[in-house]
Amino acid sequence: MLRTIKNIYFLGLKELISLFRDYLLLILIVYSFTAAVVVASKGKPDSLSKAAIAVVDEDHSQLSEKLFDAFFPPMFLPAKEIGRPDIDRTMDEGLYTFVLVIPVNFERDLFAGRDPAIQLNVDATRMSQAFTGAGYIQQIIGMEVSDFLAAKQSRTLAQTVLRNRFNPNLSEPWFDSVMQLVNNVTMLAIILTGAALIKERENGTLEHLLVMPVNAFEIMVSKIWSMLLVVLISTALSVIFVVHLYLEVPIEGSLSLFLFGVALHLFAATSLGIFLACIAQNMPQLGMLLILILLPLQMLSGTVTPMESMPQWVQTIMQAAPTTHFVDFSQSILYRGAGLEVVWLPFLKLVIIGAILFAVSLARFRRSVA
Amino acid sequence: MEQDFSGTKEPVVRFRDLTLSYGKVLALDHVSLDLPARTLIGLIGPDGVGKSTLLSLITGAHAMQGGSLTVLGGDMRDKAHRNRVCPKIAYMPQGLGKNLYFTLTVEENLQFFGRLFGHDKAECRRRIDHLTKSTGLYKFLDRPAGKLSGGMKQKLGLCCSLIHDPDLLILDEPTTGVDPLARRQFWDLVDSIREEQPNMSVVVATAYMDEAQRFEYLIAMDDGKILDTGTPAELLKKTDRPNLDAAFIQLLPEAKRSGHKELTVPPLEVDPKEAYAIEAEGLTRRFGSFVAVDHVSFKIRGGEIFGFLGSNGCGKTTTMRMLTGLLPATEGTAKLFGKPISGDTMAIRQNLGYMTQLFSLYGDLSCRQNLFLYARLYGIPEEKVASSVEEMLERFQLKEIENTLPKDLPLGLKQRLSLAAAVIHHPQILILDEPTSGVDPVARDLFWELIIELSRRDKVTIFITTHFMNEAERCDRISLMHAGKSLVCDTPAQIVKNRKASTLEEAFIGYLEDADPSSGKKEKVAAIAAAEEPSGVEKNPFLKKISRFFSFQRYFTCAWRENLELLRDPIRATLALFGAMLLMFVMGYGINMDVEDISFAVLDRDQSTLSTNYVLNIAGSRYFKEKKPVRSYEELDRRMKSGELSLVVDIPPKFGQDVEKGYSPEICFWNDGAMPSRAETVSGYVSSLHKQWLDSRKEREPNYRDKTAYSVETRYRYNPDVLSLPAMVPAVIPILLMMIPAILAALSVVREKEMGSIINLYVTPLSRGEFLLGKQLPYVLFSVLSAFLLVVMAVIVFDVPVKGSLFTLLLALALYCVISTGFGLLASSVTKSQIAVIFLTLLATILPATQMCGMMNPVETQEGAAKIIGEIYPTTYMLLISRGIFNKALYLRDLYVPLLVLVAEIPVILTLGILFQRKQEK
Repeated sequence: MLRTIKNIYFLGLKELISLFRDYLLLILIVYSFTAAVVVASKGKPDSLSKAAIAVVDEDHSQLSEKLFDAFFPPMFLPAKEIGRPDIDRTMDEGLYTFVLVIPVNFERDLFAGRDPAIQLNVDATRMSQAFTGAGYIQQIIGMEVSDFLAAKQSRTLAQTVLRNRFNPNLSEPWFDSVMQLVNNVTMLAIILTGAALIKERENGTLEHLLVMPVNAFEIMVSKIWSMLLVVLISTALSVIFVVHLYLEVPIEGSLSLFLFGVALHLFAATSLGIFLACIAQNMPQLGMLLILILLPLQMLSGTVTPMESMPQWVQTIMQAAPTTHFVDFSQSILYRGAGLEVVWLPFLKLVIIGAILFAVSLARFRRSVA
Repeated sequence: MEQDFSGTKEPVVRFRDLTLSYGKVLALDHVSLDLPARTLIGLIGPDGVGKSTLLSLITGAHAMQGGSLTVLGGDMRDKAHRNRVCPKIAYMPQGLGKNLYFTLTVEENLQFFGRLFGHDKAECRRRIDHLTKSTGLYKFLDRPAGKLSGGMKQKLGLCCSLIHDPDLLILDEPTTGVDPLARRQFWDLVDSIREEQPNMSVVVATAYMDEAQRFEYLIAMDDGKILDTGTPAELLKKTDRPNLDAAFIQLLPEAKRSGHKELTVPPLEVDPKEAYAIEAEGLTRRFGSFVAVDHVSFKIRGGEIFGFLGSNGCGKTTTMRMLTGLLPATEGTAKLFGKPISGDTMAIRQNLGYMTQLFSLYGDLSCRQNLFLYARLYGIPEEKVASSVEEMLERFQLKEIENTLPKDLPLGLKQRLSLAAAVIHHPQILILDEPTSGVDPVARDLFWELIIELSRRDKVTIFITTHFMNEAERCDRISLMHAGKSLVCDTPAQIVKNRKASTLEEAFIGYLEDADPSSGKKEKVAAIAAAEEPSGVEKNPFLKKISRFFSFQRYFTCAWRENLELLRDPIRATLALFGAMLLMFVMGYGINMDVEDISFAVLDRDQSTLSTNYVLNIAGSRYFKEKKPVRSYEELDRRMKSGELSLVVDIPPKFGQDVEKGYSPEICFWNDGAMPSRAETVSGYVSSLHKQWLDSRKEREPNYRDKTAYSVETRYRYNPDVLSLPAMVPAVIPILLMMIPAILAALSVVREKEMGSIINLYVTPLSRGEFLLGKQLPYVLFSVLSAFLLVVMAVIVFDVPVKGSLFTLLLALALYCVISTGFGLLASSVTKSQIAVIFLTLLATILPATQMCGMMNPVETQEGAAKIIGEIYPTTYMLLISRGIFNKALYLRDLYVPLLVLVAEIPVILTLGILFQRKQEK
């Protein structure tokens, strides 16, 4: 028993020394936890940015001109005026995402209470820009119109106040930086353990170890603890220095609770890394397997689309993926400040998934070295 | 220009002041020399002294640095001359089957080279049959090259080199790792070829001094310099040594020679009462129907040096693996110190030391760290670890290099370190698998000194495999393995005596021939048959056919070979065909903008009819799903924190009354902002549902008239129901077809660089264009097929119809696949390792394709570099076409501009790829 612990400790130490001499992987780690996080949060504009809009103004009234000038950066590019016959062509070519058509006598009809209609054409192939943009345009028109009518505020039955909790300004960088970090944690855990095992096999050192009084379990656990530690520490540093201090994202909940959860997730992810390395014969094959495995794990975990909006069967399958629960508790702890009484369930699920992955990987690893 | 070398003794190769360095390491140091024509020339010297470098310069595979080099009468710096002579030079690089493709069969490998040199079908057939019959490979035509034994691989390599009747044959260590019989057969083959083609010059590099005996002219090299040249007899005479091994050592500079002394092995003192250290009884191992080890038995005494000889793949390593407990035996037993090796082998392993031919310590741990690790893993008590390591460093003279990384050490020192690690725990048995392969003679003798000391002084039982006969002679007993069987097991002297042979090598060859009577004799018959066959009247008639420029035959040969390789690699083939489909599936469902079933609850502090009515309006929409009502703010807080509720509708007290009275009360919506995109959508839903409710109330109040009434009719064009899939799918197809074909094609070239078969580009008439375009073809076809499947999947699985011209779509996708695979080739031209190319390709495709090409925002709205990249990147245009056809029902006449851009980008990408690919190694 003591022997096993010693072996695991010394082998893990060896992994750490090796890693610190592997500059390519070190660069990858540093990049993933710094630049990649920053780029993800800064590179992508807020959901609506510089949307291309054109206006067909058939009214040529004071109001229609006010509307024309109401669109400006950063959300919109300055509006272009086009004629009605150009609508189809320019939208087919993808020049404008939005074309607003202000009909003849719009202003007059409005004053007369005749319910005039503005037509808003949206290029729905532009996806999120189209959907959020349409909402903004309606709000802007509403504001301009009521501004224009100034005093003539009408009686509203009831008003709404929308309070966004946890991220009052709905700042995308807040979300993207942390989700990028979450994705990179998974990626690195798999790559580092997978690469460590494959390197060992390619260099023949694995076989050498197995001729010594060391067993497969010890080898596997040593890789898991060492790589887990590396990713865990990097995550902690990244959350504190990059996400919190540099990107100024407020951290609501307990950082240590979050890191505890990360450790649970890493246990599952590093086991998965070992499993993949047993299937792949060499690094390139591992690289290709990663593309096929990692993308689904990341995209369907809830970082891109909320879990509840996916088809039920996808949700069911993704319950088996560690990333789903990782994303779940990360959002709860970091944004909503949730405590253990809230996140115990995803933690428990991660432990179960991790245990299964570990057992399967160990079996597979034992078989691959036998 | 072209000289005829037959008939003259003009040198075929002339070096003057040839110098070459790899970074700081000087591989060739001002070498000047003439190589005589029509001669069998041997280049002798240990590993890493510059032999391979010299040879690769002669073939033009490596670019020149300093000095001048004339081969077959022309300057090798001159590209035109290189192209002209390259079909006349044949090159077999170092390493078993380095110029071969292991997944291809013997026939396919030969076909590849035959076609590359412009033979037609009949000529190929004739030459392949001739060559394989005379080498005994004929019956293995259907076997993959990777499954041949080492000797056969080398014969096949030779056949591939000879298929075009070269004037100059260059062999780089062709017999390393090959058993004595196969070695002898190999040289007989070379001799018979030389008889057939007396004008051919042959240059051979070798580390086996005993082989050098048969060469006509020898060049001894060390440290990038030439020590001496001459016939073997001349060299022996000059150094006054009985054999070339000793002669070579004598030629070395004084500093290197010092410390070397003739080895003597003290006799083994056997105590008959002592139990055997290793016993094997009927040891058998089968892999499926293949018998790797067939009833092998031996008994080894403590302190004995037991040698194991045999060719690669004869079962030596399998036997060793069974002895170490790495591999369970199918039949029979193996015992170490009387204890059977089965079940828990921990106790046995504690007494075992192990080292292999491949250095298997950690290259990125210093020598000292390695020894510390091994000491600890062998369970040496912590307080003794440091002293054990010191002891080993002293004893194996590693003190000076204790802090060096092993990967920076020469092979001899590495092997000494391995031995130190193997004996640090004072094992009783030492298992050594070809520990001296590739090590120079001086270092080898030093190594053996240590082994003899371990055996005789420390009574360590040593089980060793080797290819060197002089090493085998030092063993107490040796066993000869062949095809899984042990042929003979006795003392070296007894074996020689029993066979009535003069040397151990001769005795072995005798045993091997007995074991496999067909191999030796048939060879001779075949060689005679080959000689009788009328050799071409016209010399190299086909050479005329070799086009200087683009040859379709070579192009298709490359494509054919690449296709075979791709089909035989399951992971790559799967990725090529189904990877894109799997990812489209994931993205189709994963990136979903339809936010639905948002969980919400009410905090109703009014509980009036009107408030209930308001909530019903929300709960009734398909976007929201109502959960149990919230009763307090604490509860609200808790349930929102857990993520259970995304939205809480907070209705104030007296809401109903206030509405009636016209006080216009405020309803508060608590929205979970943790996921901003979802929150944005929710807020949109909220305001429209609120407006809906207001409208429904208005109808009940006939007097109510809103002066600001106007409406905005929003028309979502191309996707009226605002569904995600019709927007997503046409965008995903171009992204996937950029990423996956690029990665596949990128791997194809770099794989060859890693495996070594890229040498075939360097030394055959293959041009860079034929090579790259030929490789590209199968990937283009695979990708087009994959593109077609994606379109089918879009229509059938995702229910996104192709509204416009299907033909235009497929045409554009095909063009696009040419670009994306070309992109991969470009990436692989500039990188060296497979892992680097995967990273580079992913970076260079995913980021621009998803962020800069108008998937989310039109390219025109971007700024700076992103805008420029977006305007150049082909995905931009493919997206326009894909969306135009899928969503906007467009036809060729609407889309010819982006289509023309795609057409124009093809030559640009391919030309860049070809320009960056080198025709010589640098």
